[in-house]
Amino acid sequence: MGQLTLSGVTKNFGPVEVIKGVDLKVADGEFCVFVGPSGCGKSTLLRMIAGLEDVSGGTVTLDGREITNLPPARREIAMVFQSYALYPHLTVRDNMGLALKQAGHPKGDIRAATDRAATMLSLDALLDRRPAELSGGQRQRVAIGRAIVRRPKLFLFDEPLSNLDAALRVQTRIEIAKLHRDLGATMVYVTHDQVEAMTLADKIVVLRAGKVEQVGAPMELYNDPANTFVAGFIGSPQMNFLNSVALGLSSHSAGIRPEQVQLTDGPGQIKGTVSHVERLGGETLVYVHAEGHGLLTARLFGEHDRAVGSDLGITFDPARLFHFDKAGQRLR
Amino acid sequence: MSQPRQSPARSIAAHTVLILWTLIALFPVFVTVVNSFKSKRAIFTQPLALPGPDSFDLVGYQTVANQGDFVAYFQNSLVVTCLSLFFVLLFGAMAAFALSEYRFRGNTLMGLYLALGIMIPIRLGTVAILQMMVATGLVNTLTALVLVYTAQGLPLAVFILSEFMRNVSDDLKNAGRIDGLSEYRIFFRLVLPLVRPAMATVAVFTMIPIWNDLWFPLILAPSESTKTITLGSQVFLGQFVSNWNAVLAALSLAILPVLVLYLIFSRQLIRGITAGAVK
Repeated sequence: MGQLTLSGVTKNFGPVEVIKGVDLKVADGEFCVFVGPSGCGKSTLLRMIAGLEDVSGGTVTLDGREITNLPPARREIAMVFQSYALYPHLTVRDNMGLALKQAGHPKGDIRAATDRAATMLSLDALLDRRPAELSGGQRQRVAIGRAIVRRPKLFLFDEPLSNLDAALRVQTRIEIAKLHRDLGATMVYVTHDQVEAMTLADKIVVLRAGKVEQVGAPMELYNDPANTFVAGFIGSPQMNFLNSVALGLSSHSAGIRPEQVQLTDGPGQIKGTVSHVERLGGETLVYVHAEGHGLLTARLFGEHDRAVGSDLGITFDPARLFHFDKAGQRLR
Repeated sequence: MSQPRQSPARSIAAHTVLILWTLIALFPVFVTVVNSFKSKRAIFTQPLALPGPDSFDLVGYQTVANQGDFVAYFQNSLVVTCLSLFFVLLFGAMAAFALSEYRFRGNTLMGLYLALGIMIPIRLGTVAILQMMVATGLVNTLTALVLVYTAQGLPLAVFILSEFMRNVSDDLKNAGRIDGLSEYRIFFRLVLPLVRPAMATVAVFTMIPIWNDLWFPLILAPSESTKTITLGSQVFLGQFVSNWNAVLAALSLAILPVLVLYLIFSRQLIRGITAGAVK
């Protein structure tokens, strides 16, 4: 149960086409992350799966049942929102149980279901509070609990961690990953943060301007990007793009990950000047301005001392280069 | 919100201005109430003096109690004000919800059309309204007043409430939809409580002109049984002789209910938007 299929899904706002024909299969139990820059249509696509936006063309199928035109409540989905969207007048328990109450489940069942979800998320002590009395992280857990209680075929997450502070974000991310393992449910998760995408996903869908750029497992996208957009979007810090002509290569541009770059005091393959150094303890990021290539990033492990303004050489293994043509497509 | 960084000088200046303004605003009310407890002679000789043992006189209130049916007038005013207020808030909020929530053809035009009434005074249509009321047999009924006041209050209500409803989190409404709440439940249970302060604002702005109105009661419902309190007080104002005691007493009494209603709504005005729904 829980297999989601999108075929030829499009969305128009008036004359503007914001989703340009998306085909996608999410297998049962898979954790699928939509990632892309803001305005790429990832949230719109999620809301179309949820039934909160009309689908202009194409079909949405869940578990072999077409749900393209069903109202949200009848799609057997649950959604967690960025702003938590808890009902302010209801207690945590009632917030979590509302959907079952609406569906006409008996009181005992609702109580059992909310208790189970509360235990899973360690919300037991908070069940009688109202949302206003909870912290941000607790609110988000309640929102997740509200989704679990319904036992949906498909969980939808719309940037659920964006409103949390950095420490809580990591913690909640781990919790969501654990939840996915425990429930084994199909999840679709939207984020603009590629770290969240890499750490959570079984399958990442990279979107740009309403189109799917590439679909694959995190390491597939990292090690085998289809174009400059995916290459630049996945991986942090961003991939360096070198001018192939200056290197005497046949491609239009060549990409290299910052961790594949070494710095030497000699001339190296490219000469440059240190423009900025970021020391993070475990690693050091050295930003080097290289003539003809722009600003390049070197990610060095451990602590390194490089004076700003000093000249150095950059070396890399040519086999590690990704080659792209003029349109940004990968040359293999 | 407290603002600890404000300097005392600024704070004193601000309070001075506010206190002055309050005194100016309260002065007519003060004069009305004070003089309503005085004898006629005292009203004219010393209009600003407080009622003393010589000048204290309840003749105004006695006149009001004996002459005319003031309890009924009060009742009429209350019925008309409360019913109109209820309909203005209900229909205004519903229209505002539709305008702010749903995308449909002509949404903006409809919003403009509904707001147009703010700029065009309803009194311009008095003759047509009277003709309509005569034709439908509603002259000298409270229904006529309720209908007119509802129409009069709606534009501002729609205008203010739709702005506020646009600010209610979409996520909250969508969460309701996913949980299977009907649009009516979303409107009544989720959206209305969140725009309660705005509703209170609209209620105050709608209520006071209705309560104070003399024009439409005079034209549409001047019969004894449908007189409102403002119209009822006019019996004491003659072309040649006015019974000032009674007029002031009636007006003092007329302030009370509207004051009570205002206090009810102002508590909502002050209370902030329910926290905790969204970050």
